[in-house]
Amino acid sequence: MRMRSEAMTGMLPAMPLAVLFLFSFVVPLLVLIFLSLFRTPQFTEMGFDQYARFVGDGYNLKVLFDTLLLGVEVALIALVLAYPLGLAYVAAPPLGRTIITFLILLPLLTSSVVRTFAWIVILGREGIVNSAMLAFGLWDQPARLLYTWGGMVLALAQIQLPLMALPIINSLMRIDGNLTRAAEGLGASRFRILFTVILPLTLPGAIAGWLLVFAAAVTAFITQTLVGGGRIILMPLYIYQQAMGVQEWPFSAALSLIFTVAVIGIVAAVGAVSRRYMRGVDAA
Amino acid sequence: MTDKRGNDLALSGVNHWFGPTQALDGVSLRIDPGEMVALLGPSGCGKTTLLQIIAGFLQPTEGEVLLDGGRVDHIPANRRRVGMVFQNYALFPHLSVFENVAYGLRARKMPGAAIKAKVAEMLALVKMGHLADRLPSQLSGGQQQRVALARALAIEPGIVLLDEPFSALDKNLRLDMQIEIKGLLKGYGVTSIIVTHDQEEALSMADRIVVMNRGRIEQVGTPDILYDRPATLFVNQFIGHANFLQAALVAPRRVKLEAGIEIDLAEPAPQPVGSAVLVSIRPENIAISGTSAGPTIPVKVRITMPLGAADVIEAVTPNGETVKIHKTRSPASKPIASGTALALSVVDPTGIGIFAAPAGDPASTLHGP
Repeated sequence: MRMRSEAMTGMLPAMPLAVLFLFSFVVPLLVLIFLSLFRTPQFTEMGFDQYARFVGDGYNLKVLFDTLLLGVEVALIALVLAYPLGLAYVAAPPLGRTIITFLILLPLLTSSVVRTFAWIVILGREGIVNSAMLAFGLWDQPARLLYTWGGMVLALAQIQLPLMALPIINSLMRIDGNLTRAAEGLGASRFRILFTVILPLTLPGAIAGWLLVFAAAVTAFITQTLVGGGRIILMPLYIYQQAMGVQEWPFSAALSLIFTVAVIGIVAAVGAVSRRYMRGVDAA
Repeated sequence: MTDKRGNDLALSGVNHWFGPTQALDGVSLRIDPGEMVALLGPSGCGKTTLLQIIAGFLQPTEGEVLLDGGRVDHIPANRRRVGMVFQNYALFPHLSVFENVAYGLRARKMPGAAIKAKVAEMLALVKMGHLADRLPSQLSGGQQQRVALARALAIEPGIVLLDEPFSALDKNLRLDMQIEIKGLLKGYGVTSIIVTHDQEEALSMADRIVVMNRGRIEQVGTPDILYDRPATLFVNQFIGHANFLQAALVAPRRVKLEAGIEIDLAEPAPQPVGSAVLVSIRPENIAISGTSAGPTIPVKVRITMPLGAADVIEAVTPNGETVKIHKTRSPASKPIASGTALALSVVDPTGIGIFAAPAGDPASTLHGP
């Protein structure tokens, strides 16, 4: 009994968060599941019709697939961008590290809308890229960069980069300097040290960053919609249209749940696969 | 394969600065092929800096490093054939024991079959063949150290550097590993340098010991020479225990202790007659009166510590100096009670060291930086 009361006392400080979690996540999720089980927007009969409708229409599956593909691409590009950044950070003197930290954190301190509009300024028809290319005579006419898949992927990768860079830097900082020195003493080139010591030992950070960026990119409603210009329909916009545009609440609830399960499924699968390759490496 | 695998190493006028701080000051040293040398000194004495320079992780500010007569001080670590065993072993945590040992061979692009044979040979050498598939985290400290040594030896280095290799092991295992690794390195015939701040480790492992202090070499010699004939006060104080007594040189071969007696020296002291000196007498070189003729120092016992084989007695001289004495114990003998008056004499005058008395308070000078 005593043990039990102590355990209860220990959990007491977590109670406010638990209550908040209950009302802002668990309850809405249950409401969502409930809503998705109605056959019509008029909430008359119940059934699995909304799920059948999703699976029955190839368009729905394509939107889901495109959204997940977007997440994979953005996370991979962010991964490739973050490693050089992380290596530069580790190699930098203290002042350099402060500057790099500031540059990494800066985007997190500005609103997602502001960051997105910055990309619209860069990629727009009259934007920096087009103006520069025209001014140097490299392009005859402005190229369409905004409202394209490539533009959206690039913008999202930059905007979500901090989520990738921070766990990777954390992993890099934890590598014992004697390990790279040992590898060097054994005759390994810098290139070999990078691929046989540094990359394997930072895998936990890379996986953590990859999952964070993936989850952030697939759900980035504002950036997807503004840089994609509403021409590229992805799950967040699709759900919004169904709920707010055509008042299809049961269908949009079903879309939300399918989307959630798909994202969790990918996160779990990547986590399970990566764990097999992290023998002996501490999870960050 | 020749019997002599080891390189000879020569350091000549090596100076190193970290910014304004001089870490090494004119270090010159010769190490013969197959020799086992310890760099011994307190922390901050420059021994680790010297090791890093020999390994190639640091370039000396000035001076030359020669392996088998060829200059290597501008060759990066990955192109020197120098094996290194790190204090924390630095085994790659994500690689198996086999892959750890194979790492240097793969870096040298050795064919797979040759790697297999070499790794098997190395693991057999350190008796770790049965654990080839384990990860480092699944090994004990002693096993990790064996793997680290196998990894360092696999690349057939001319010289092996060991940085405080036993400090992470507990005391019982430490002696076993010291014996084992000394035997291994000697049997293998490789030149080795072991960095340590532990004098017992240096005395038990090394053919010769290089005692360092404040970036300089204080003395190079065999363990016996360093213990019996320390060249400087620092070496005398750092290696073994010694009693330092204030005295004056009354003749070239005679000192008068402030504690009362005069002692005849085996050899003339280099200091001028009449100067103040410190007389170093090892505890085992002091006998309790009756066992030796000649003049005796009257002392009062302060405390007796029974340390198994011997009692260590701390006693106070009439002028207030403390003296430690080793007295062999037997089951019949009883510890000498505090306050007992004893008369002490010197057993062997050849074991006495004479050093110029340092200016100021001698006690503070003895404890080094």
